Amino acid sequence: MIVDINFVGLIIASIMASAVPLILASCGELITERSGVLNLGVEGMMIIGAISGFALMTVTGSLIIAVFGAMLAGVLISTIFAFLTQTLITNHVATGLALTIFGIGISAMIGKNFVGIPGKEFPVLFEGLKDTIPLLSPILFGHSIVFYFAFALPFITSYFLKKTKIGLIVRAVGDSPESASNQGINVRFVRYACILYGGAMCGLAGAYLSMIYTPQWIENMTGGRGWIALALVVFSTWNPIKILIGAMIFGGLTIIQFHMQAIGVRIPVQFLTALPYIVTIIVLVVISRDSRKIRLSTPSSLGKSFHKDN
Amino acid sequence: MIKIVKRDQPSKAIFFFTPVLAIFLTLIAGGLIFYILGFKPFEALKFFFIVPIADKYGFSELLLKATPLCLIAIGLSFCFKSNNWNIGAEGQLTFGAIVSGGVALLFYDQEGFYILPIVILAGAIGGMIYASIPAILKTYFNTNEILVSLMLVYVSKLILDYLVVGPWSNPEGFNFPETRQFSDSARLPLLFEGLRIHAGIFLAFAAVVISWFVFYKTYLGFQMKVSGFSLKTAKYAGYKGKKMIILVFLISGACAGLAGVGEITGPIGQLHREVSPDYGFTAIIVAFLGRLHPVGIIFASLVVAITYLGAETAQIFMQIPKYTGQVFQGMILFFLLASDYLLFFKFKFIGSKK
Repeated sequence: MIVDINFVGLIIASIMASAVPLILASCGELITERSGVLNLGVEGMMIIGAISGFALMTVTGSLIIAVFGAMLAGVLISTIFAFLTQTLITNHVATGLALTIFGIGISAMIGKNFVGIPGKEFPVLFEGLKDTIPLLSPILFGHSIVFYFAFALPFITSYFLKKTKIGLIVRAVGDSPESASNQGINVRFVRYACILYGGAMCGLAGAYLSMIYTPQWIENMTGGRGWIALALVVFSTWNPIKILIGAMIFGGLTIIQFHMQAIGVRIPVQFLTALPYIVTIIVLVVISRDSRKIRLSTPSSLGKSFHKDN
Repeated sequence: MIKIVKRDQPSKAIFFFTPVLAIFLTLIAGGLIFYILGFKPFEALKFFFIVPIADKYGFSELLLKATPLCLIAIGLSFCFKSNNWNIGAEGQLTFGAIVSGGVALLFYDQEGFYILPIVILAGAIGGMIYASIPAILKTYFNTNEILVSLMLVYVSKLILDYLVVGPWSNPEGFNFPETRQFSDSARLPLLFEGLRIHAGIFLAFAAVVISWFVFYKTYLGFQMKVSGFSLKTAKYAGYKGKKMIILVFLISGACAGLAGVGEITGPIGQLHREVSPDYGFTAIIVAFLGRLHPVGIIFASLVVAITYLGAETAQIFMQIPKYTGQVFQGMILFFLLASDYLLFFKFKFIGSKK
C-alpha cells in the first residue's frame, strides 16, 4: 500500500486546525486560572464569540471588524463574570455556570437571523508555497492568521508567565493573594485583567469556529469544546506548552472520526463522537491520580475569593 | 455619603429575601431586552409570565415542568450543601431514562401492577450508577467532579441516540429514531382527565419531605452542613468524607434518574432522542434560587418552570425566540449571586446623623 506523503501532511494539518479553538480558549483560561480565578464560563464565552464574529462579518462585511468584535464580545461577557466574582465576591463555580447558560441563550437569540447564511472565505497566508516541500507544505502553509497565532500562543504565554514582570505578578496573585496584596499589588485589578483576557481568547476561539473552521452559524456549535478546553488546562498542569500537546490529541480524536467512517470501520458513529469526552475523563483520571503533583502545580488560591477586608 | 460596611454575620432575613429581589431584577432586565429586540416590554412579559398559566391546562403544564426541576434540584442540594459540584444531573437523568426505558421495553406487550414499580426502581438505579462515576473518580482518583460529570452528559446523550436509532428502535416504526410505546402498565397514571400532570409529582413531594428530614433532623444532615462550610473542620471532626461524597452523589443521581423516569413514563411514553429539555442544567439554578432549602426549591421550581412555558407561549404569540427562556434562567442566577452581596455587606448612610 502506497500512502501519499502529502495526504499524511493534510491529515496532520486538519488535526492542527481542529486543535486551534482548544488552544486559544485553554491558553486564555490558563492565564485566568493562574491569577486564582476559576471561570467555568468558557463554553458560554466561546459561543458568544462565535455568533458575534459571524454576525459582524455578515452585517459589516469586514473580517477584521468581525474578528476583533468577537474578541470584544468575549471581553464584554467576561466583564459580567469579573464584576460578580471580584467586586461582589460571588462563588466562581456558580457564576461560571450562569455565564455558560446565559451565553448559550443569548447566542441562540442573536443567531436566529443568521441560520443558513453561508460564511465568507477567510484569507490564508503563504498559499503560493503550498506545493514546495512534501509532507511539510500542507502543515506549514496556507492557513489563516488565527491558525498561526494559536500555535505561537502557548510559547508566548509560557514566556509571559516565566520571564516577564507582569507574568510574575499574575502568578503571585494566584499563588498568594494576601502576600501579593501586602506587596502593594492590586489583586482585584490583576484578576479583572486576567478574566477579561481569558474572555478575549475565548471570543477569538469562537470566531475561529464560526468564521474559519466551519464558516456558518449553527446553534450550540461549540458542542462542548469549552468544557474540553477547561479540562485541557488541568491536563496541562497549568503549563501552556502542554496545552499544545493536549489540544493535538483532542484534535486528532475529532479528525479520526471522519476518517474511520470514510474507510468503513464498523463502529457506531455515536461511539466515535463520544470518544473525545470519554478520553477527557480518562486523561483527567490519569493526571489527577497523583494528588501531590496536582497540588504543587495548581495555583494555590484557585477558585477562592479574595477580599481585602478579610 | 454612602459607605459599604461588612456585616458581623450574614443576615438571615436577607438570605430569603434576595431570591425575590433576583426575580424582580430579572423581570426588569428581561423587559429591557424585549424593548431592545423591538417588542412592547409589558406585553411581552405578560405573554411570558402570565398568559401561559392563566388557565387550568396551563397550570397543569406548569406543574408538569416543575416536577422534574424540583426533584433534580432536591437531589443536587445534597451535593451542593456538602461542597460537591455535581453539574451532570442532565446525564444522570438521561441514563436513568435509558435504564428504566430498557426495562419498560422488556414488558412492552404485558400488563401488570408490578411493572411500574420495577421501571421506577430501574430509573433510580440507572441515575445512581451514572452519578457514582464522578463520585468514585473524585474520592479514589482525586479527579475534578465538575468536568467528569459534565463530560458524562454528552456521553449519555450519545448512548441514548445510539439506542433509539439502532438496537432499540421500533421494528414497526418506519426507522423513526424512537422505541416502541411502553405498555399502559409502565405509564405513570394521570391525575386529571385531559391534563398531562401525572403521579410523578408525588415522587417530587416525597423527595421534598425526605430531604427536609435528612437536612434538619439527622446527623448526616449536620455532617453535610459542616463539610459545606469547611472541609478541614469536617476532617478534624472525623467524618468519613469519602463515604459522604459517594452518598450525596448517589442520592442526587437517584433523584435525577427518577426525573428521567417521570418524563418517559409520564408525558412521553417511549424513548426518543430528546427526553429532557435540559432540566438537569436548569435544576442547578432552581437549587440555588431555592437556597438549597426543600421548601424554597418548591417555589423556585415553579418560578423557573414558567420560563419554559413562557418561552413557548411568547414564541407562538409574539415570535419571540424560544431561547429567551435560557436567557432568563441565566439572568436569574446572575442577579441572585449578585444580590448575595447584601448578605455580607450593608450600605451605611454617613453624614446625615453626626
